[in-house]
Amino acid sequence: MSQNNTFTLDGKTVPFTDGQTIIQAAMAAGVYIPHLCFNPEFKPHGSCKLCTVKANGRQTSSCTQHPLPDMRVESDTPEINDERRALLQMLFVEGNHFCPSCEKSGNCQLQATAYELKMMSPHFDQFFPDRPLDASHPEYLLDYNRCILCSLCVRASIDVDGKNVFALSGRGIKSHLIVNAKSGRLADTDFSGDDKAAHVCPVGVILKKRVGFATPIGQRTFDEQPISATPHPTVKGA
Amino acid sequence: MNTETKKLRVATTSLAGCFGCHMSFLDIDERLLDLLQRVEFDRSPLTDIKHCGPCDIGIVEGGLCNAENVHVLREFRANCKILIAIGACAINGGLPAQRNHLALATILEEVYHAQHGLVAGFIPNDPELPLPLDKVHPIHEVVKVDYFIPGCPPSADAIWKVLTDLLSGREPELGHGLIHYD
Repeated sequence: MSQNNTFTLDGKTVPFTDGQTIIQAAMAAGVYIPHLCFNPEFKPHGSCKLCTVKANGRQTSSCTQHPLPDMRVESDTPEINDERRALLQMLFVEGNHFCPSCEKSGNCQLQATAYELKMMSPHFDQFFPDRPLDASHPEYLLDYNRCILCSLCVRASIDVDGKNVFALSGRGIKSHLIVNAKSGRLADTDFSGDDKAAHVCPVGVILKKRVGFATPIGQRTFDEQPISATPHPTVKGA
Repeated sequence: MNTETKKLRVATTSLAGCFGCHMSFLDIDERLLDLLQRVEFDRSPLTDIKHCGPCDIGIVEGGLCNAENVHVLREFRANCKILIAIGACAINGGLPAQRNHLALATILEEVYHAQHGLVAGFIPNDPELPLPLDKVHPIHEVVKVDYFIPGCPPSADAIWKVLTDLLSGREPELGHGLIHYD
């Protein structure tokens, strides 16, 4: 049998190179697989499970799974999309995602992914957790209400900035984002607006102050086109 | 033979909302005339009918912030074959739910009694006033909701799309540009 470095994704033949994951090969081929904690610039984390696909009949995270020759991968199916929608709904009720007051609205990957998957309601009961925000830093604001624990800021701070500003603390439903300062305040860390970590949040947690509505709502990245048509989830103005 | 189709009865209400969704509904403009060929309104701020009779479609704006909201919502559910939650407040509590992080007593004390500039303020206690709920809730936490039109408010086009889909017997669907949470 000849070595065939292709797999099928929803029936479409997708080529891959050694070391590529399913989602990387799909992105290179222009096929969108919903995702939140995956960012092509970073090592995969495999935690949000939005990118779950069925590979040869088994569910797996496409951001961590390497394809095999002739693997049969299913992604855009009603069954998988229903499960993705349920994951989104759980993310929405666990935090406080009040889009009408959020500066990130229209540039938010959580919101855009929910639009993509036609999430019409949160379905579950709201948790309404109490998560005070941190406005201590002169240039940046942390609104923990919207954190989805994707760990992109953690990874960016450690892997790119060579710092250690952010971490996920606690377990299970008590998991939460913290900053590396005794006071727990961003102002008391070595965080800077030049850090990569300042620009990777897919939702509205890490926000630059005083520019929130420079681009009006209605003219933002995902107002103009759905996230599935946006080649890389780099967000305008981030 | 009478070929005229029976008009569908539609009821609307605003619970813990700002009537912004109703304003957006009126933004369908002249399409309202087309709509009136096919529906007639039961209880609604547009008719000022006070109680809901048997209806085909009930449209509920706003979440639940007091006991009266819950009674009205249950009246709608009991009378409407199809119940639609319209707008952020009905769907996830929206702006009124931003009070959920504060104790109700603290809010009442601040607003009616302790706030600077209030002279001899007191917390209203008239039996006619509906009792506030401890927390604001979206309506699907209390009754079964059949369809949701998200947005703050949803655009007139989104509302029109859902209504015309339903009137034509189609499953309502909002595509890109019509589904919005902001």
